[in-house]
Formats: sequence, C-alpha cells, structure tokens
Amino acid sequence: MLDQLLSNFSYDFVRNAFFAGSIAAILGAVVGYFVIIRNVGFAAHALAHIGFTGATGAALFGLSSLQGMLLISCVAGALMGVSGNKLHRSELAVGMVLSFALGVGTLFLALYKGFAGQATSILFGNIFGVSHSQIVATLVLAILSLVALALFSKRLLFASLLPELAESRGISLTGLSSAFMVILGIAVTLASQVVGILLVFTLVIGPAGIAARFCRGFWSSILISILIGLFSVWTGILLACVTNWPPSFWITAIIFTLYLIGETLARYVFRLER
Amino acid sequence: MTPALSIRDLGIRMGGRQILHGVSAEIHEGEFIGIFGPNGAGKTTLLRALLGLCPISCGELLVFGKSPGKANHSIGYMPQRGDSIEGTALSARSLVSAVRRGESWGIPWPSSASRNDVALALELAGASSYADRPFSVLSPGEKTRVMLAQSLIDKPRLVVLDEPLASLDPKNQMLLVEHIEKLRKETGTTVLFIAHDINPLLGVMDRVLFIAGGGAALGTVDEVITAPSLTRLYGMEMDVIKTDKHVFIVSSESNVTEAACHA
Repeated sequence: MLDQLLSNFSYDFVRNAFFAGSIAAILGAVVGYFVIIRNVGFAAHALAHIGFTGATGAALFGLSSLQGMLLISCVAGALMGVSGNKLHRSELAVGMVLSFALGVGTLFLALYKGFAGQATSILFGNIFGVSHSQIVATLVLAILSLVALALFSKRLLFASLLPELAESRGISLTGLSSAFMVILGIAVTLASQVVGILLVFTLVIGPAGIAARFCRGFWSSILISILIGLFSVWTGILLACVTNWPPSFWITAIIFTLYLIGETLARYVFRLER
Repeated sequence: MTPALSIRDLGIRMGGRQILHGVSAEIHEGEFIGIFGPNGAGKTTLLRALLGLCPISCGELLVFGKSPGKANHSIGYMPQRGDSIEGTALSARSLVSAVRRGESWGIPWPSSASRNDVALALELAGASSYADRPFSVLSPGEKTRVMLAQSLIDKPRLVVLDEPLASLDPKNQMLLVEHIEKLRKETGTTVLFIAHDINPLLGVMDRVLFIAGGGAALGTVDEVITAPSLTRLYGMEMDVIKTDKHVFIVSSESNVTEAACHA
C-alpha cells in the first residue's frame, strides 16, 4: 500500500504538483490568517475570480495565464486597498467590481476562440499540469511575498486588530491595506494554480479560518494554519493519484471535513459563540 | 512644568459643520479629568484631535508641549469599541501584545521584554486571571479591562479613555473607576475619562470638562455643573439637581433629564 503510494512520486508531474501545492498552501495559510482577522474574506474571493479575466485576457494579448492573473489580481488588490477600508469590506462594491470583471472575462473568452478547454483548468485547477518553470515562478513569488509580509507584519497585525489605535500611532491604514491586498493578489493567484479560481477560498481562507477558531496566539494560528494547508494538499494529491478523481475535489473535501470538525470543537468544546 | 494638555481658542470643523469653537483648557500632569456632554457634542472629536487624527481649524492644541500626533507614544488610548476579532479564539494576551510597539516594522515576535510588559499591563488592569482566554468569549467587563491593559502597555503619561463605562453594569462601573483611580495614584498618569453619566466619577475626578453646544467649560464639579454655567453652554435653560451623592442635569423647559447625566 505504502509502496504503491510512494511509487506515484516517480512521476514528474506528481512531484511538481507536490511542490507547487506546498508553496501555495504555505503562502495561502499565512496570508489567510490576516484575511480572517481583517475580515476581508469576500474581497479575497473576488480577487481570485477577477484573476479569471486576467487569464482569458492574457491569451488575447499573448501573455501566459499566470502573468495575466498575477497582473490583474495585484492591480485589483492595490485598487481595493487604496479605495479604503469601508469600500473593500462592502459586499456591494466588491460584488459589482467582481461581476463586471467576470463579464469582461467572458468577452475575452469569446474573442479568443479555442480557449474554452483551458478555461476549465483555470476555473477548477490543474495541479498535475504545473510545469517546472511555473514552479520556479511560484517559488520566487511566494518567497517575495513572505519576505514583504514579514517586513510589515507587526504593523499589519496591530492595524488589523485595532485600526483606530494603529491610526493614532501614525500608521497609514490605506498604505498598509494596499500593500497587503497586493500580497493577497499574489497568494490567490498561486492558490488558483493548485485548486482553480473557483476554489481558491479553500486554500487561502480555509486553513487559516479553521486555525483561527481555536488557536489563541498569533504564531500558533499561523503554524496550525500551515499544517492544515499542507496536510490537505498532500493528502488530496495522493488520494487523487489513487482514485483518479480530481485533486481539487479531494483538497476541498478534506478542508471541508476539517472545518466541520473544527467548528464542532469550537462550538461545543471551546464554547466560542459565533 | 509643561501642562499635559494646553488648548487655546480651539476650533474644529468637520464636513462643513463647526463641531467645536473657542474651546480653551489647561490640564496639568496627573489630573483626573472627566469629560461629559450630550451625544454628538464633540467629545470623541476632541480626543481624536489631540491624537492628531482630526485637523484643527483654528486655535492651538498642545499635548505635553508638542503639536497633536507628535506625542502619541506617551498617550495610551482606549477607543470606544474593540470587537474586531469576534469569532476567533485569539486570546486577550495576544491582543495586548499586538499593541505593544505595534507601529514597529518586522515580524510580531514576542521578546521576553515584550512578554513582561504585556503581563505587567494585564496585571495593572486587573485582567491577568483571564488573559489567556479568547478575547471574544470574555464578558463586557472583562473586555473593558483588557482594553484598559492595552492602553497602559507602552507606559503612557496620558491615558485617554473613550466611554469605558458603556456596556458595564453598575457594579463593574464602580470597580473600573476605582481601579483607574488607583492606577493614577500609583503611576501619576494624567487621565482623560469620557463618560455618559457624571455620577460614577464624582468622588475621583479633579475637574470636569463639559462639552455642549460647540463650547466647553473646565472646572471643578461645583464650578461647572451649575445651572448658570450649563445654561450658557447649552444655550437653553438648564437646571442642576444635587442630592447627597448624586447630580442630575435637567432641561427646565422640557422636563427631559439630560442624557449625559442620567443615573
């Protein structure tokens, strides 16, 4: 049984999937914790979906879909950050921008005929199709994002928990939130390579959301969040190898199960009311 | 000695509306000042102005001799609400520790100095016993103590408390006021305490800053909470009813007890 499982690693595409999945899971887990405490889950979800327009547009303009998604998600993130705290937490504002962006994406899709097959893999993920050069790009982007985040994470934590107080200590909330939203744009782009745009929520918010429900410290939350992310991606890929079902299905199923367990514990064992 | 707060002929306009005008006050270091006034009179605006968060349109406002915003490291601020992390299990201790030197760059790694400071602030605020429980499950009284701890963390010379008594039951109101008074005696901090009701603070305040009708009056309770002085501020006939232990402010025209001073 174990031999059978390990034999999967003799395939290049399985090893690539593990690498890319692990990197996306780690970045998603760290960035996701800030998404949870900043309460910008919907904006995060929207950023990923806006990436669809970037991917279809990229085909039209001769860029790779990763480049297209990265570009549009970072720009959209920065704009959301600049537009201020109220606006990018507003479901109406985010929803309007999101639906318009998806509309443009549909136009691009219609203009560039023959892209429909690729569209499915963008929407639902194609982790077994990740190439070596994509892994290098993923790794570089993830390291850059984590280093950038490390530079201002103390400020970000403070400003996320007590924004008024942070402002009184001379922290620019707009600047901070723009910088964070750009990093979030990168994180959702990388995660969408693994699970697809529609399922980004599962990697960027899922693990952190579960961890935040029962971890009492910042570092323990980050650590548990990373462990949950890695566990689900690894198990999901292995189960996909064994069953021939899509890895995106397995990863979302595992995270959903963990969510149910976590929520039950939080409510009935730790008595954390919603 | 430089006064903790020196306000001269201050005016603040916001969104085309004159919130405050001609406000003058000088508050000495170590004083306990109660700030009262009807809702929307500009109490929070004044606090925001002294933190440099809201521009002043005329006059002068100095905090420890510096312009607003320049002395913020010596101000501990307790905002009206602190419930951004409902639904997470983040502990009170983690919350307070995020505030300590929260404006610095880098990662929030808790050094041993930081852990000591956090433990000390929690103890000063009387919140040690539940510091490791999730902030979101604490009672309103406990949350207030944690927010108080947070305002004490960087050893402030001035503590600014924006309605800490809101959402507390009478017993917890009393305990909190006594506690803050004790703290002030021990540390010599200046306290600016915004409250809705004057009565819980009667025994401990040095002076009162009453804000109404765009203006303000500073003085002892006996000087400021009088019918003539409040009538001048409100621009309408006001009465003050004093019993042995309580003070009530009522409008003589409408029989309405002023919201600022209901018991």
